[in-house]
Amino acid sequence: MSAHPLLRELKLTLRILARNPSALIGGAVIVLMVLLALGAPLLAPFDPVKLSLAERLSAPGAAHFFGTDELGRDIFSRVLYGARISLSIGLLVITVAGVTGALIGATSGYFGGRIDNAVMRVMDVVLSFPSLVLALALAAAMGPSLVNAILATAFVMIPKFARLVRGEALSVRELPFVAASRVAGAGHGFIIRRHILPNCLNSAIVLATLTLGDAILIAASLSFIGLGAQPPTPEWGAMIASGRKFLMDQWWYATFPGLFILVTVIGFNIFGDALRDVLDPRIRR
Amino acid sequence: MRILAYIFRRLLAAIPVLVGVSILTFLISHAIPGDPARLIVGPKASKEAVESIRKEHGLDKPLPVQYVRYMAGLVTGDLGQSIRNHRPVTRDLADYFPATFELTLASLVLCLAVGIPLGILAAVRRNRLADHVARVVSVVGVSTPVFWLGLMLLLLFYRHLSWLPGSGRLDVTSAPPADITGLYVLDALLAGDWALLREAASHLILPAFCLSYVYLAVITRIVRSSMIAVLGQDYIVTARANGLSAARVVLKHAFKNSLIPTVTITGLSLGELLGGAILTETIFAWPGMGKYVVDSVNSLDFPAIMGFTLVASAAYVAINLGVDVIYAFLNPRIRY
Repeated sequence: MSAHPLLRELKLTLRILARNPSALIGGAVIVLMVLLALGAPLLAPFDPVKLSLAERLSAPGAAHFFGTDELGRDIFSRVLYGARISLSIGLLVITVAGVTGALIGATSGYFGGRIDNAVMRVMDVVLSFPSLVLALALAAAMGPSLVNAILATAFVMIPKFARLVRGEALSVRELPFVAASRVAGAGHGFIIRRHILPNCLNSAIVLATLTLGDAILIAASLSFIGLGAQPPTPEWGAMIASGRKFLMDQWWYATFPGLFILVTVIGFNIFGDALRDVLDPRIRR
Repeated sequence: MRILAYIFRRLLAAIPVLVGVSILTFLISHAIPGDPARLIVGPKASKEAVESIRKEHGLDKPLPVQYVRYMAGLVTGDLGQSIRNHRPVTRDLADYFPATFELTLASLVLCLAVGIPLGILAAVRRNRLADHVARVVSVVGVSTPVFWLGLMLLLLFYRHLSWLPGSGRLDVTSAPPADITGLYVLDALLAGDWALLREAASHLILPAFCLSYVYLAVITRIVRSSMIAVLGQDYIVTARANGLSAARVVLKHAFKNSLIPTVTITGLSLGELLGGAILTETIFAWPGMGKYVVDSVNSLDFPAIMGFTLVASAAYVAINLGVDVIYAFLNPRIRY
């Protein structure tokens, strides 16, 4: 009995990736971060929000690997719990932006003509804002909260997915099986769901991996400005914002959360690059 | 003449984009928040004050009517009034613009001065040391949170080494040079004031480096890949076979032809530099539009935030228009 074709392709992709050193490094970083995030309750030596004023602002040492903050909270534990938050932010942003963008792009490319033209002009407008500027304006308008920061970041990323999927949809809709499906009486919705979208999956996955790092960076920037996660949430960007006040004398406070952002985003970027080379040679830059 | 017609057509094409930008900004400021009137007067105002503002600003009218009113303000340069200091937002932004311009310009120069040679070197010495260095620089660069990098630079160069000043455009005690261009480094140079020039430049170094770092990575990457593409072309092989020196082949024949993608990415990066400036200026207390917008966020000064958003994206559109024009000069094959 032969395996499902999708499963077979997945196996093949994994086998090629396993031979690619940067895919291995990037993948290892991502797996490590996911394990740290999942295992935070087991690995963290302290409660991430528990105050301990007697130990406030103590330097890194045997008890507190990354030191403590101004309320005596253990920074190592907070950074571990922060991995949960940042990774979830990244995933949520990419899911919302990816699904919305793919639907917009597939519909636009499939119908073509005027609809396509109008939709793409709207996407151009969104793209004519520097991404952080637009995300900041949206987040400010909706009010400072983590959910709003996620929505604002996702909104900014929609055009990337819409453009990519639209390009693919334009070529897929010319393929004979689409015409055949239409002759067989399939409706537009069915064709988009069953033929257009699955054929755009590969490149959308590559783009998702590559933009996950960006999503984490933009959301962390919003939190740093004060428009994202609110205290006492142990979000990395928000931790750096509060650590900034103590930078000159308590270097560890702002340093460690930033280091974790850096390493996580490097992981996604390296892995995304490798994945692109394997899955989709066409969008190589 | 045909190039003028081309530029004119590009200008025309930018108009609908700008209109779109104004509509989106309008929608964000008038439709998304629960109550734009409340945003104008701030959260502490009384109910009556909110009502009177709603009437005064026509916020009780239907959205299209409000948009026309908003546009009428825009074309006369009216971006509303700041809640914090009751000054017109346009005037505030004009005051803060030169600092941001100086910072982004310095960053751009740094990006190109380091990114282009590094990219060329990486392409010529493919898979050798220079290429690996360039690759590490670019992966780390695009993955670094700008605000964190700024803090780390302060920690190292200001706190520990005391090599460079940590904030502002000048020492607190210094008076700025006579205002000619608004760029302190340039103005000090024009005034012939060497001490002030030194001071302004030393204040500029850290923020400019911080801001340029991310885009340096982007530019290195694009120069490398377009150089590699060009170096494989037949005419490069021919040029080499004809005995031209390696330097001449690389710099004159190859680099010139790899400029087009580089210019595109530079244009896009310059727009994104405006976004990065928000974070960099905040870290280094650099009195520009980016710091202004973050201060506005902290005091919920909504008109100021939206004014900045509009100006920043209009600048972005203008930069890309400039890039299109440069194309026309760079590549005679682009038919206008």
